[in-house]
Amino acid sequence: MIEASNLCKNYGPLLAVDNISFTARPGEVLGLLGPNGAGKSSTMRMIAGFIAPSSGTATICGHNIEKKPVEAKKCLGYLPEGAPLYDELTTEQFLRFVARARGMERNSQRGKINIALERLSLRGVAHQTIETLSKGFKRRVGLAAAIMHEPSALILDEPTDGLDPNQKHDVRILIRELAKERTVLLSTHILEEVEALCTRTIIVANGKILADATPAELLAKSRYDRAVSIQVTDSISARAALDGMPGVTGFEQNALDGRLYVFTKTKSRTDEAIAERLRQRHVAFTDMRVERGRLDEVFRSITMPEAKA
Amino acid sequence: MSPTIAIYRRELRSYFSTPLAPVFIMIFLVLTSAFTFYLGDFFQAGQADLQSFFLFHPWLYLLLVPALAMRSWAEERKSGSIELLLTLPVTVWQAVIGKFLAAWTLIALTLLLTFPIWLTVVWLGDPDNGVIFASYIGSWLLAGTFLAIGSAISALTRSQAMAFIIHASVCILFLLAGYPIVLSMMQVLFDQSIVDAISGMSFMTHFSSITRGLLDLRDIAFFLINSIAWLLATVLIIDLKKAG
Repeated sequence: MIEASNLCKNYGPLLAVDNISFTARPGEVLGLLGPNGAGKSSTMRMIAGFIAPSSGTATICGHNIEKKPVEAKKCLGYLPEGAPLYDELTTEQFLRFVARARGMERNSQRGKINIALERLSLRGVAHQTIETLSKGFKRRVGLAAAIMHEPSALILDEPTDGLDPNQKHDVRILIRELAKERTVLLSTHILEEVEALCTRTIIVANGKILADATPAELLAKSRYDRAVSIQVTDSISARAALDGMPGVTGFEQNALDGRLYVFTKTKSRTDEAIAERLRQRHVAFTDMRVERGRLDEVFRSITMPEAKA
Repeated sequence: MSPTIAIYRRELRSYFSTPLAPVFIMIFLVLTSAFTFYLGDFFQAGQADLQSFFLFHPWLYLLLVPALAMRSWAEERKSGSIELLLTLPVTVWQAVIGKFLAAWTLIALTLLLTFPIWLTVVWLGDPDNGVIFASYIGSWLLAGTFLAIGSAISALTRSQAMAFIIHASVCILFLLAGYPIVLSMMQVLFDQSIVDAISGMSFMTHFSSITRGLLDLRDIAFFLINSIAWLLATVLIIDLKKAG
């Protein structure tokens, strides 16, 4: 369980985090999504106890991070942004340091380190110094350190940043697996990750929460959600045919492939009605598709309301 | 206690897995020998003691301890690993003490490695080993106080070069506090009672009274209390930076 209530952070005159509150429960993967500089990292740092909030509180598994920092940090696994490590140590030495500093029992250390090395496929670099590792390996070493003590809450600041597509895939599977009985809070600006991983998403910009919804709910806000797209050679007559049809609210043509998007007001299926109408008016078309909502468009419209998507 | 030990061991390992520890030890040994034999007239003095050896320790520490202490927090801040360290279930005190003790251990080891010079006087004459032992303790305490100052200054900045310069300047001020160069300046600014207090803070006065063979509890307490005060300042600085 991770709780943030009315968290605020000022850096001088700059209000980096502005009254952020949420609760993440076990089994939940809560994604903080937002543009760079939105206050995601500051929020996570406050919850993890690295910086003190200007006002508001955070609790981890019921322990207030400011009043009971050691207890709170004991049930937390935290991966800081950029996954800073001690470069002069080897992977194994580093994990052993973290195990000791966490006060893990001497005879369980060995086993837990081995499990973490195995889970993140780090066995091959166990005796290599961290400074010689690639970015992807470093990130996984940081993740291994964060999950080694099997914490009931995990805070991961951009966990898949710097990983190649295969590693991203593996880490996502790992996070999903970890989330079964744990609470996971992660930040990202990779939109596909939200769909792939999160059970709930909070969109932050300029330090404020702008949306708090499941990925499906966010997708439903997209104007592409259930829009119909077709390939036509004569887009002008297609538009003319469909204009004025009940429920049709607008058109858009992709400048690159010439695909015509028909936006509708209703959330029910309109593809067959549109096909029928086009056939009646003798407009040739191919490759009709019902579109899915687009998260990037929803993200843009929420975080930059003044810009047209 | 176990987090302190974990941090202590990691720090010590870092000193030895980088060239820092070997270089520090080598330079200290080379410079102490050079100073003792050339500048200190070890042979010409004709006395079986290590006065001329310990005489130069404060000045060597002035150069070498900032080099050791500057990295302790500034580097953590620069590399970002401080975020990892302070989000482990570790109190700031434990981290500060662990780091301090690791550096102090390295200095103890360096001092132990100067034993050939002690063997030399034992072989050449019949020195007062009590005085030599007291001087070693005094030298170690002085280095510890320098380290504690360095820890606080290193916590203030993310630039190691800055930490080095400020640390060396603060140390020289404390070393020379009993000397006219500092006191005459202070006399212009402050009342005589404050000037006396400042002169009482001189590291040199306390150090030389120990190296004369008087292992006075007050001198030991002076260095220990000073160290603790600076370590406390380090904790406060780190806490303040957290709120910043």
